[in-house]
Parts: sequence; structure tokens; C-alpha cells
Amino acid sequence: MSKVSMVVGGSESSAEVVSMTVNGKAVAKAVQGRTLLVDFLREELGLTGTHVGCDTSQCGACVVHVNGKSVKSCTMLAAQADGAELVTIEGMADGADLHPIQKAFNEHHGLQCGFCTPGMIMTAADMINRHAGNLDEATVRAELEGNICRCTGYHNIVKSILAANEAMHGAAAAAE
Amino acid sequence: MSNGIGASPARTEDRRLTTGRGRYTDDFKVHGQHFAAFVRSPHAHANVTGIDKAAAEAAPGVVAVYDGHQLTGDGIGNIICGWAITSKDGSPMNMGAWSALATDKVRYVGDAVAIVVAETQAQARNAAELVEVSYSELPAVIGSENALKSGAAQIHENAPGNLIFDWGIGDEAATDAAIAGAARTVSIDLTNNRVSPNAMEPRAALAQYDAGDDQLTLHTTSQNPHVARLVLSAFYQVAPENKLRVIAPDVGGGFGSKIYIYPEEIACLWACRKAGVPAVKWTSDRTEAFLTDAHGRDHVTTATMGFDANNKIVGFKVDTIADLGAYMSLFSSATPTYLYATLLSGQYNIPNIYGNVRTVYTNTTPVDAYRGAGRPEATFVLESIMTKAANELGVDPAELRRTNFIKEFPHETPVIMTYDAGDFEKSLDNAMAAIDYSGMAARKAEAASRGKLRGIGMSCYIEACGIAPSAAVGSLGAGVGLWESAEVRVNAVGSIEVLTGSHSHGQGHETTFRQIVCERLGVPFENVEIVHGDTDKVQMGMGTYGSRSGAVGMTAILKALEKVEAKAKQIAAHTLEASEDDIVIEGGEVSVKGTDKKMLWHEVALAAYVAHNLPEGMEPGLKETAFYDPSNFTFPAGCYICEVEVDPDTGKTDIVRYVAADDFGTIINPQIVEGQVHGGITQGIGQALLEGVVYDDDGQMLTGSYMDYTMPRADDVPSYEVSTTATPAPSNPLGIKGCGEAGAIGTPPAVINAIKDAIGADVSMPATPQAVWSAIHATKMAAE
Repeated sequence: MSKVSMVVGGSESSAEVVSMTVNGKAVAKAVQGRTLLVDFLREELGLTGTHVGCDTSQCGACVVHVNGKSVKSCTMLAAQADGAELVTIEGMADGADLHPIQKAFNEHHGLQCGFCTPGMIMTAADMINRHAGNLDEATVRAELEGNICRCTGYHNIVKSILAANEAMHGAAAAAE
Repeated sequence: MSNGIGASPARTEDRRLTTGRGRYTDDFKVHGQHFAAFVRSPHAHANVTGIDKAAAEAAPGVVAVYDGHQLTGDGIGNIICGWAITSKDGSPMNMGAWSALATDKVRYVGDAVAIVVAETQAQARNAAELVEVSYSELPAVIGSENALKSGAAQIHENAPGNLIFDWGIGDEAATDAAIAGAARTVSIDLTNNRVSPNAMEPRAALAQYDAGDDQLTLHTTSQNPHVARLVLSAFYQVAPENKLRVIAPDVGGGFGSKIYIYPEEIACLWACRKAGVPAVKWTSDRTEAFLTDAHGRDHVTTATMGFDANNKIVGFKVDTIADLGAYMSLFSSATPTYLYATLLSGQYNIPNIYGNVRTVYTNTTPVDAYRGAGRPEATFVLESIMTKAANELGVDPAELRRTNFIKEFPHETPVIMTYDAGDFEKSLDNAMAAIDYSGMAARKAEAASRGKLRGIGMSCYIEACGIAPSAAVGSLGAGVGLWESAEVRVNAVGSIEVLTGSHSHGQGHETTFRQIVCERLGVPFENVEIVHGDTDKVQMGMGTYGSRSGAVGMTAILKALEKVEAKAKQIAAHTLEASEDDIVIEGGEVSVKGTDKKMLWHEVALAAYVAHNLPEGMEPGLKETAFYDPSNFTFPAGCYICEVEVDPDTGKTDIVRYVAADDFGTIINPQIVEGQVHGGITQGIGQALLEGVVYDDDGQMLTGSYMDYTMPRADDVPSYEVSTTATPAPSNPLGIKGCGEAGAIGTPPAVINAIKDAIGADVSMPATPQAVWSAIHATKMAAE
């Protein structure tokens, strides 16, 4: 990180240049020390798929992957992500091909208003990855502790995650 | 027809919403955008004695700091309640003034006092803290019963005793006589807890002012952008309608809370033009949402029901005090009256009903319609007393309900509703079969062997949806008509745009509305586009609430489609030299019945637009509009049965099974309907077990974040077993009744009845572990 001075609203305040890889692209930007990662993604990079639904790190609408782990981006400073590899919801699909979790949410009606959905999908990806295919309903529900949805009642989110897990690990699990 | 009525094609809106390409209000960023922050009252009730803005005005990046005197001085009008209710004595309701920015007095914690406009959000928020407001504190009034006590502080000058109105419906004398002559009577006292809607997307407003054209544009989190524009123009004098465009883009949930036009939208529009900046954006944080989004419910009720010797209900009398908070929100007067007491007959044949409702001001956040709006409160009263009555009369709760079901339609209730279709026994039978009702005793015994208290509870709900017809609601005091509009534009190449006055904020309209077009015309799904949420694109519409978008919004689309079809048939008949009566539209073709003569859909569209060979006198083009006003409300109904296990040591309730049997009439997309039911049930479980807005005696909200207010999470609820039966609604040609609110309406009493059955004691909502444990132990101690 290199220190630069920037003029913010008429007064000078210290800023850092942070560099990271976001969805496979290298980015470097000067940010104020207090800039949250979620604000950096939304305001500086225009990646508005990551949402803010609360102020207390409860709702999970802002979940992204930092170095392969799911993180609430409202709980991390942009500066703390310096040098990290990030994936946001915008980086999940492969061009026009949806990620299996995105597909499962679509097929199983795992979203309604869509506001919590990016965080749900990022959490689901991490969950499926960590459990390596060994997911059941109770585990999925427990793992969703940090993500709030007000629309779906979770029923179809759970269904979507289990279906995605099956799609991603079903073949491997069956082969064992 | 794979994508027509009754099919469940995956939602078309999901591609953008699952890939992070949704566009919610806060996602828009425009050139020259400034940010607003609001200075809010930290007191529940106080006189404002002075505002010192100097430090804030001098803070970095600050463009303007405006207060309420400046706002009213510029002629911005007070916020209105749009439904006039008349008290029993004939007097009008006592509506107190509500300025978007308070002037001389604040009436709840969070009441906006000033707006700060700055270059960045952080600067605006920092500067808001520098505004020095001097307050002279007044005693706070918290709790609706306290509001009516003599000596309570007066919140609005023109509402003596804090009473807004004292309203009644039904025949009181006849009801009193029926109850007096009853063989048995049953009474109940209930509190319907105050909850916060908590759409996951916080409210937001992006006001833009184009000085060149003197044009304002508002992107906002609205369920009804046209209503917002109308009210902002006609009542708040922000700008004339032709100079104001309101856009509600992707909206992250509403549940009623985004129907209303709030102080922040008004202030951002006004301040944007006044400060001479291109744009002002405000985005609520979650604590602001708890403080300022209209809350729901908050009733205190006493009810008495009389039965004859055969357990038939002879009379039902209900007395309710509804807390409307510090100000009257847009539909706050209708919610606890015409959306509540008109449903007190439920699914039952009750010859005499009288409902009395007093509404009061308190120093709390305004209360208005929240998913179900009045109907959950009615269902909670009725279904709680029905189960209590069954226990006191010594009959099974299902049998008592069955004994009293309405079985013939139409049925006129004593509280002005005319139910037009239903089969309540069928829903009850289906729900009881699904949950294995008769096997409950064995399950209870098995749970007892594990030290758990198992209980079962049911709720047979009915609701009035569509929230129409216009003449009916007008006669009851509504300030608007509740029709819906649609426009079907067939392009020259045959693709179709449907412009609807309904607004989707999770309901999946882009998919279900396409389905109706595919059903009628047989065109490919991808050739149809649904356009909504922009007053510059869509003609006047009334928006989405009250489960109305299917029954009313989709019928408007159908009516416009019928006009398009009629014109297409005329064109085809003319071109193919056939009789119009012989033309059929099917599978994307317009053909002459019984022949091989046909035109493809796009050929008809092209013929309409090139206009080289149209029938004599026909206008070119293929575009039609419709305004649809239904002839009655619709009446979704059903039966929910909940089975719980309570741990007597901790008081924790687990919902082990939940069965829903709903009658929504015709269903367009079963998968989407199921999703609506799942969500509604979960909100109902939230209210029953977890949620509650709590104020201390000084009016400070103790539940202003997700660390304090318990939202239902995935492991608080089970997977649901849902099913439907269908008696089509006679009041609209599609037969749709609506499904958006049922879950939230029917669920709370099912859950609470189950807990009461499990613990053998009374418990209020939210039935938290502490409340349930206390109830169990109070009963034990009383017994000892």
C-alpha cells in the first residue's frame, strides 16, 4: 500500500492505494482508511450486486469471497483486502452460463425480491465448498444463520442450495 | 401450452437478480449526485425551541442545511392520510398535521427535523451530527391504553385525549341481545404485537432536478410509483405531475411498508431543487428503517362470542384499540377498520357482529398496512377465540369450526362483505389429512416420553383481497379508486410489450404476466416484455398491495389483450377474406377455423403497422389499453395447521410441522404461489414467536437493529407442506383470488393455538422462550 493524500470535501485526509484482484481483474484505487469493503465495491468499482441490508453485520446481503472464504464485506475495510483475491456475485457466472448455484436458485424459485440473493449465493458457494457435498437440510439451515431473507421463508433457498450441492457434488458423491 | 396458465416456468427476472445485475434505487449513480442525511429527534415528545445550523453549514462538503420552517415556508404540504373514517357520532377523524420536517414539535424518536445535503454520504452524516437542535421535553405517551388515560400528554392539538376516531361496524344492540341470550359465552383479551416490516432493501430516494426543463425525477423504493407521483404533486406540492417522473426500479421487498410516501422522498425532491444541485440521494440505514418505516399491527382487543346449545355462534362482539403511532400514515385509518372489522365473520355463519375500533396517537413510529393489513389482526382475534371456545365447550376445535362454516354462496356477513365463493370444509379436510390430525394423541404421548410438550393448533382464515372495487372503497372513505391499468403494445415485428400499473418487488410479475400473454396468443415467452415502475412509460396505475396484482392487475392485461385480439382478428379476416367469427388465435397463428388459411402473428402485426390493406376506417397500429375495476373483493381462504414441540425447561418452541391448505382460485404459476405462501407463513411465524417492536416508557425504541429485533432465520422455521384447492373467484374473468398475504394472515393464530395446546396455558405474541417458560411456570405455580 502506498500513502497518498487526497482532498475529500475540501479537507485533506489520508488515503491509501489498495490493490486487489476482483473477479479476476486487477484493481488499484486510493481509498480513505475508513472505507468499508462493501462501499469500495459498490461505489468505486460499480459492483452494485453486493448489497447493504443492515448496519450490524447481521443480514448477509453483502457476502463476498475474500481469498476463497465468505466474508461480510460490511465488516471489513477496503484496506484490509489489500493484496487479496475477491469474488463478488458478478464473478460467479461464466459469461452467459450461470453458476450451478445461480441455476438452482432460478429453477427452485430460491429468490423473490432478489435483494438478499447475492449474499445467499455467495454463502451457499462457501458452504457447499466447505462441506464437500455432505449437506443436509439441517446443516444448510444452520449454515444460513448469517443470512436473512424476508421474502422466501427460506424453504426454496434451502431447496436450491441442496439441489446445487447435488449438481456440483452428486456425481462425485455417487462415484465414492 | 408449456408457459401458459398453470405452468411454472422459471422466473425471467432471475437472470439479472442472481448475477448481481439487478438495479435497486441505491445502485443508481448520476452525475453531480449529492447525498442527504436527516437530523432526527432523539426524544419521543418535545417542543423544538431552536435549531443552530451554523456548524453544520460550515462543515466540509455541505451544500445546504434546511429545516421544517423553510420546508413549510416553500409551500410543501403536510403528509396526508388518504382514507377518511367517520366516528360513530358522525364526527370526522382527528388528523394531526404531519410536516415532512418537524417545525415546532417532535412526536417520536426518529421524527425528521432537518435535512443536510453534502457532496458525500459521510460528509452529510457528519454534518447532521453538528446541527444543534434545542428541545424542551414533554412526557411521552407509549402504549395505546395509556394514550386514552385521562391526564395523558396531548400529542396533537386537534385530537383531544389522543383519540383519532371511535368507529363501529355492525349492529351493536342486536349483537348485545344475541350474546345476552346465548347458552354459553366465551371471552378473550388479546394483544397483537407491533412489528416492523423489514423489507431487506432499506428505503432509498434519488431525486434529480433538470433545471433546463424544470423537471424532477425520483428513483425510489415504491410499491406504487404513480400513487407516489400523484400524492407528491397534488398534496405535497413538490412539482406538478407533468414535471415529476417517479421510477420504482428493482425494489427489494415491500410488505406494505413501501406503499407510503415518506418525509425523506419529499424532502430530497424539495432540497434538490432548492439547493440547486443536480441530484440528491438518501439511503436509509437499518436503524433508520426501524425508526421510520411504518410499523404493522399493534392492537389491544377484547372480544366475546355467544353460542347456542348446539354450539352455533349467535353473536360476536369485538372492542379494539389500535395504536397508529405519532402521525396518520397514508392508509393507517383503513387498516384497523375496513380491512379489519369487515373480516370478523371469518369463515363462519355469524348472524350478529359488532366491532368497535378506537384509534389513538402515541409517541411512536407511525403504524400502517403491513402484509395482510387488518386481516391478520381479525384472523388472530377470531381464530384465537374459536379455539378457546372449543376448549371451553368441550368440543374439538376442528368440529366447532365445521359446525359454524358458511356453506352457501354468495353469503352476506353482518359486517358488509359478500363472500362469493369458497369451500372451507375442503381446506380443513385437506389440512387435517395432510398433518394426520387424528394421530396427534399418539404423537403427543411420544413427545411426552422425551420430556417435550407437543401441541397442535389450527387457523381457518379468510381475507378480502384485490382491494377494490373503486365505488365500494370510495363509499367507505377511500381517497382514490382501486382499479388497475394495462397497455399491450404489439410491435410491428410481433413482439409484445405489456405496460402495467402493478409493481413487482418480489412477486414475479415479469414471469406470471408473460404467462397470460403466452396463454392467449401462443407467442414465444421471450417475445414478451413486461414494463412497470416508471410514470413516464406506464399510464396511471394503482400499484401492488392487498394481493391485487393477479386479480386486478392481470385482469387489466387480459382486457387489453382481448382488444388487441379483436383487432388482430379483424385484420386477419379482412386479409384472408373470411368472417371475423371464424378467426382463431392459437399457437402464434391467426387462422380461419377449419381451413389452412392463416397468418402468422407477426404478419398480422406488420399488416397493422404498414397499413396498406386494412379494413375500411380502421386506424393503423396494434396497441390497446384497459382500465379494469372489479365488481367485488376476492376472498382467498384456507386452513393452516401447526404442530409444535415446546421444551418445558427452556420454553423454546420448535415448529415441527406446518401444513397449509389454501384456496386462491385460479393459479397462474404454482411455483410462485407456493413461494408467496412460504414467505407469508414465515412472517406469520416471526410475529408469533420472535418479532416485536419494544419501546421503553420514555419512547426510546429498544429494538432498533437486527441485534435486538429477532428476524426469522432459516433454522427458526421448518420446510412447509403446502397444497391448494380452487374455487375460482366469480368477480374476475381469470378467477384469481390472490395469494400474497394469506400466509401472514392465517399463521399467527395457528402457531399460538399450537403452543397453548402444548403448554395448557395462555401466552401472548411473541411467544419467546422467556414468555413460554413464564407461562408454563405461572400455571404450575398456580396449581401448586
